[in-house]
Amino acid sequence: MENFYTDNPNLRFHLTHPLMEKIVKLKESDYTEKEKYDFAPLDFEDALDNYDKVMEIIGEISGEIIAPNAESVDKEGPQLVDNEVIYARGTRQNYDALVKAGLVGFTLPRQYDGLNLPIVPYVMSGELVSRADAGFSNIWGLQDCAETIHEFASDEIKNEFLPRFHKGATAAMDLTEPDAGSDLQAVQLKATYDNRKHCWRLDGVKRFITNGDADISLVLARSEEGTTDARGLSLFVYDRNDKAVKVRRIENKLGIKGSPTCELVFTNAPAKLVGDTKMGLIKYVMSLMNSARLGVGSQSVGIAEAAYREAYKYAMEREQFGKAIIKYPAVYEMLTNMRVKIDAMRSLLYETARYVDLYKAYNFASKERKLEAEERQEAKVYQKLADLYTPLLKLYSSEGCNQIAYDAIQIFGGTGYMKDFPIERIYRDARITTIYEGTSQLQVVAAIRGVGNGAFLAVMNERANLPVKPELEYLRTILIKMTEQFAKIVEKVNEAADTEYYDFHSRRLVEMAGNVVIGYLLLYDANRSDVYVKSADIFIRKGRAENVAAVSFINNCHPKDVNDFKI
Amino acid sequence: MRFRIIVLAKQVPDTRNVGKDAMKADGTVNRAALPAIFNPEDLHALEQALSIKDKNPEAEVILLTMGPARAAEIIREALYRGADRGYLISDRKFAGSDTLATSYALSLAVKKLAPYHLVISGRQAIDGDTAQVGPQTAEKLGIPQITYCEEIISVDAKKIIVKRRLERGVEVVNSTLPAAITVHSSAPVCRQRIAKLLMKYKHARTVTELQNETKDYTELYNNRPYLLIDEWTAADLDAQDGMLGLSGSPTKVKKIENVVFQHKNSKMIGNTDKEIEGLMKELMNSHIIG
Repeated sequence: MENFYTDNPNLRFHLTHPLMEKIVKLKESDYTEKEKYDFAPLDFEDALDNYDKVMEIIGEISGEIIAPNAESVDKEGPQLVDNEVIYARGTRQNYDALVKAGLVGFTLPRQYDGLNLPIVPYVMSGELVSRADAGFSNIWGLQDCAETIHEFASDEIKNEFLPRFHKGATAAMDLTEPDAGSDLQAVQLKATYDNRKHCWRLDGVKRFITNGDADISLVLARSEEGTTDARGLSLFVYDRNDKAVKVRRIENKLGIKGSPTCELVFTNAPAKLVGDTKMGLIKYVMSLMNSARLGVGSQSVGIAEAAYREAYKYAMEREQFGKAIIKYPAVYEMLTNMRVKIDAMRSLLYETARYVDLYKAYNFASKERKLEAEERQEAKVYQKLADLYTPLLKLYSSEGCNQIAYDAIQIFGGTGYMKDFPIERIYRDARITTIYEGTSQLQVVAAIRGVGNGAFLAVMNERANLPVKPELEYLRTILIKMTEQFAKIVEKVNEAADTEYYDFHSRRLVEMAGNVVIGYLLLYDANRSDVYVKSADIFIRKGRAENVAAVSFINNCHPKDVNDFKI
Repeated sequence: MRFRIIVLAKQVPDTRNVGKDAMKADGTVNRAALPAIFNPEDLHALEQALSIKDKNPEAEVILLTMGPARAAEIIREALYRGADRGYLISDRKFAGSDTLATSYALSLAVKKLAPYHLVISGRQAIDGDTAQVGPQTAEKLGIPQITYCEEIISVDAKKIIVKRRLERGVEVVNSTLPAAITVHSSAPVCRQRIAKLLMKYKHARTVTELQNETKDYTELYNNRPYLLIDEWTAADLDAQDGMLGLSGSPTKVKKIENVVFQHKNSKMIGNTDKEIEGLMKELMNSHIIG
């Protein structure tokens, strides 16, 4: 029996992080639901045990059903028949297993038939499913939409749509259009209010919509006639039962081929407004995008784990020049770097998820009761941390999984280039992660706002003050120096007072900050368990060298030199 | 009357992943070295029962198992998948039971659960591979039996139609109820555990197990009586001592032989259609393929 949860102890390590106690207590309103629901946890220990057991189910479905289906799903892909997207046979089987195991509606409250699980185990489910089949994880992960409806829609909409998720409803978020990709402010799809039928009507085209033929779709549309920017956009929920959307085609993609990417035409499609008009992009989609970025983080870690395992297994078995290739420095260095990078990505993933859990739990709690001043303060801090870490996570993990998939093929050599092993699919699947839900370049734009100021340094200095075991002190000393070095170089780039120069170096600065942030995370992982000492040591020493190189480049690349790069 | 299905299941050592310490020097199974699992074909049997319940939510699925205290694990596994309740029959007097003594004890328990409509079990267990317990139990209950079931085609309060998987084909038979069915591994695999049921039933315990619990959940068991798994002893079944355990088991193991497969001689097959056809025929005749 393959179980992707129990065969990977790193997951339990993150699931049992000390911060979980606070998260679960908030999420479970101090364990008061046990009177009302026979499956609600009795206390913290019981809740954590629930998460562990739910992960075991998902680990088993991932290992026993989703992973064995991945190859045929990749070959078969979805089809468009009579304006209906028909999933590949394996995709149907996968989703069916997850629905039957009662796992859809993962984070939704029990009153909507959900499981009321926090974001941390939800993100972990995404990692497990992605390791089995990255394309399928999109279909699984789009239940993020339920969370958005829950957070922002009226009770009427919540009561109508949310209980459908547990029964297996699928979801889509319809944002992108032919002329509005990274720049969502340019969305054109029109929403008009139908006074006769008392509903909104949607007209226009959406493109590159993952799972576009879903049961429930969130659609970004222009409700304010005559506007051209984000302030004219609102968010709507569309029910597939209304049959007012034509699926024009399914795209033929490089990877994640099981996940149907659709072009949609809305014609007088009835829809309901989520929350308030004009807040569509500014508030709701921003929140949805943050969840989606966390989702890509989990997808990236899952892909990386799959790639590493394939490469490791092959390197152990493959013999050349009389011994297994894993014995050669060129190969074992690659594998160890992969391992370290995965530990780093995973640590950043779950830290970010914990922050999201905390501020969301406080937000929901504030609807039930008045928060204490201290709690309000904490909620703000965690929201800021989540905003800071999310783009770093999306950038670092997606780039990381591509590097890992690339190196994995390298370890396979010519064999890896053939269609004979899953690694070629994993490599193709990895490629999208740096592109969708905001490209790496846009993550840099989002991240530089967070790391390029004093608040970031304050957070890092706080990290530096947490105690570590004496044998890990040397790593903390390195990180303190790296933080100082980072502060200095940011100041220097700022001094030039040249926006283009700042933009030009911003990726380097964000990556430097990433090395510090992740360095601290791995340091505290190592402090909690010896298993991570090696990864912390290698990561921090490599990070130090990378940051030195970046500083050297920036110091020798002045505002006038930027012109050399212009085309 | 609710349609009552009793699933007979056994906890077995996982003989599918046998390591080198799986057998003891005396030739008996080293149970400590092998993880205890839900007998695979019994899971297929459970799936058959649960799918009847899917179509007829009024139906009731009861898991019945005989074994030591820890066999309650498979009752929980059944509850996680949708069974309504379970009974563990456990007593030192059952130790050493062969299929005759086992089916005697099981049949007494099934009678205690009357009126019932169906008794469903796996065809055989992976530790003994006898395929006798299901049929013997049916015989003792005096009800019809249908073995090697691959699919229950239809079932109502009075009648069942079953497709049987036989060596050289399939056979469709029907029977009146109550009846006993044994399920073949070609039937659909069992569904996964269901998250909410798992959270609901994970604290389900027998009284024996509760005595060993470190955490005190007394209040919980008072408020949620469904978390107590019923445990029956030989006395609860009014069983006759002479028919239980070793004394009720005529089977005697005469000798156990460790067989090591080795190739002794080899045969060259030429690269011609004729020779390959000959090989294929030989393999088909010896049922290695086909």
